[in-house]
Amino acid sequence: MTALTALVGGAGRAALNQLYGVARVCVLIVDTLYWLVAAPFRGKGLRIRAAVECFVEFGYHSMPIVGLICFLIGAIMAMQASYQLARFGATQYIANLVGVAAVRELAPLMTAIILTGRSGSAIAAEIGTMKVAEEIDALDVMGVNPTKFLVVPKFLAMVAAIPCVTVLAMFIMILGGFVLSTMVLSVDVGLYIENTAGALQLKDFATGMTKSVFFAIVICWVGVYRGFQVEGGAEGVGKMTTSSVVTSIFFIIIVDLVFSALFYFAV
Amino acid sequence: MGMEQENEYAIEVEDLVVRYGDQTVLDGVSFQIRRGETFVILGGSGHGKSTLLRNLVGLMRPFAGRIRINGQDFTAMSDAGRMEVRKKIGMCFQGSALFNSMSLADNVALPLREHTKLKESTIDIMTRIKLELVGLGGYEDYLPAELSGGMRKRAGLARAMAMDPEIIFYDEPSAGLDPIVAAGIDMLIRKMQSTFNLTSVVVTHEMASVKLIADRVCMLRHGRILAMGTLDELAASDNPFVRQFFERRPDEDQEDRDDYLRALTGGSERTAPGPQEPEDGR
Ligand SMILES: Nc1ncnc2c1ncn2[C@@H]1O[C@H](COP(=O)(O)OP(=O)(O)OP(=O)(O)O)[C@@H](O)[C@H]1O
Ligand SMILES: [Mg+2]
Repeated sequence: MTALTALVGGAGRAALNQLYGVARVCVLIVDTLYWLVAAPFRGKGLRIRAAVECFVEFGYHSMPIVGLICFLIGAIMAMQASYQLARFGATQYIANLVGVAAVRELAPLMTAIILTGRSGSAIAAEIGTMKVAEEIDALDVMGVNPTKFLVVPKFLAMVAAIPCVTVLAMFIMILGGFVLSTMVLSVDVGLYIENTAGALQLKDFATGMTKSVFFAIVICWVGVYRGFQVEGGAEGVGKMTTSSVVTSIFFIIIVDLVFSALFYFAV
Repeated sequence: MGMEQENEYAIEVEDLVVRYGDQTVLDGVSFQIRRGETFVILGGSGHGKSTLLRNLVGLMRPFAGRIRINGQDFTAMSDAGRMEVRKKIGMCFQGSALFNSMSLADNVALPLREHTKLKESTIDIMTRIKLELVGLGGYEDYLPAELSGGMRKRAGLARAMAMDPEIIFYDEPSAGLDPIVAAGIDMLIRKMQSTFNLTSVVVTHEMASVKLIADRVCMLRHGRILAMGTLDELAASDNPFVRQFFERRPDEDQEDRDDYLRALTGGSERTAPGPQEPEDGR
């Protein structure tokens, strides 16, 4: 009996905690959007310089690693595709497969996952450390809104940086497939380019870019939310940083699923 | 400002009750602080002094009670209203709370950049003046991590003064500093008070500073006000705890001796049970 009530009570508390979490996220979202829209009307509200600095950090500095990984994934995809296609003597269609998979799915996804690890976690750690050191409280006491001061520049930077990096990732992933196919699998260069161009439509590009914008939003908000959740000391920062990566990847996959379905069935 | 100045009190606190979960940290605290007064909050470690300050600046919402700043009800105010009030408030945190990613100059300049439309060159000069004021001229480009604890405290003070506040809160401004620097900070608090007619609320353990700066003193114990008045009034009090505090006598029983030891070591350790619920083994 007591075990049962404990179970029910526990489940209820967990559900309430989740609901509370959802409410907190909503507050954060509304707050960010409010300051994003309201700030420009209130004089020097938007911190453009900070946003640019973040953009360089999230976008420019992540290009080498995103490029390298995406090149390799392009090559891997080409190999895996050829594994089946070669049996039908259809290796020239590797181009179609790699191109469509890269643009519609893998380039946005890989970029988002790499940036989660690189920048989403950094956002959580930075805000968490500031919270532990009472820096957030200090901002509050000064009458500086922490959302406006910390979140909005990061949000702008992330939403600008991820689509840019994603375009690069798409290009390099296709390049990876191209290099492997033409050099190792001896597919004709002209044919490969022709097939890639033929397979890709504007719709595919739109799918990929739409996803990447929403991935950026997820990464930023999850990082910020986890950062603000930090309690206690260094241990709390570590815990929430890890948690930000896991949560973020989970929601990236959910968003990916939703938009893939949307574009598959509706467009 | 005009309207608000007519109110005699800068801060009025009525029946403040603050809880962390089930633990009641402040239990019916009331006091009033006049304009231009230096009000010192004394009390053992863990008796709720920092918590009281956090409520006064609106970092926490109290469980019950009312706080008025310049006659305006701070507890019932919207967030936007609080932000306005806070522009006239400065706070020195116990752990200084400087922004670690920014240089000292940027730390001090931050409120100016956020709240004023001053030119960058003007902000630069004001920043230098404030840093000079606390004896940190020439350290503009240092990061907080490159400073000693005492220097960080002083930088926090410079930042709190950046906006020329009307009310300033100090959480143990001289704890952990050498006597000369501590005396310097006391002088600074006095100077601020006399030149700008600043209202100051100071939490401290240092009886020497209290003698130097306090207009009035209140003593917190177990989340209640034990005694309040001028320093002389308190020194003449026959309340055993007040006497004990003034005479630096340890407590009789073992548990409170731990408490006292914590007070001696600056109260940074919180391993012993809270003063409210000693049986709740935290
Ligand atoms: N975030 C918190 N969550 C739960 N309890 C807290 C929290 N902060 C403080 N407390 C408790 O509230 C009580 C008062 O703490 P507070 O920091 O106000 O003490 P203090 O008088 O400032 O002590 P010190 O002189 O050591 O700074 C302590 O018992 C402490 O354990
Ligand atoms: Mg304290």
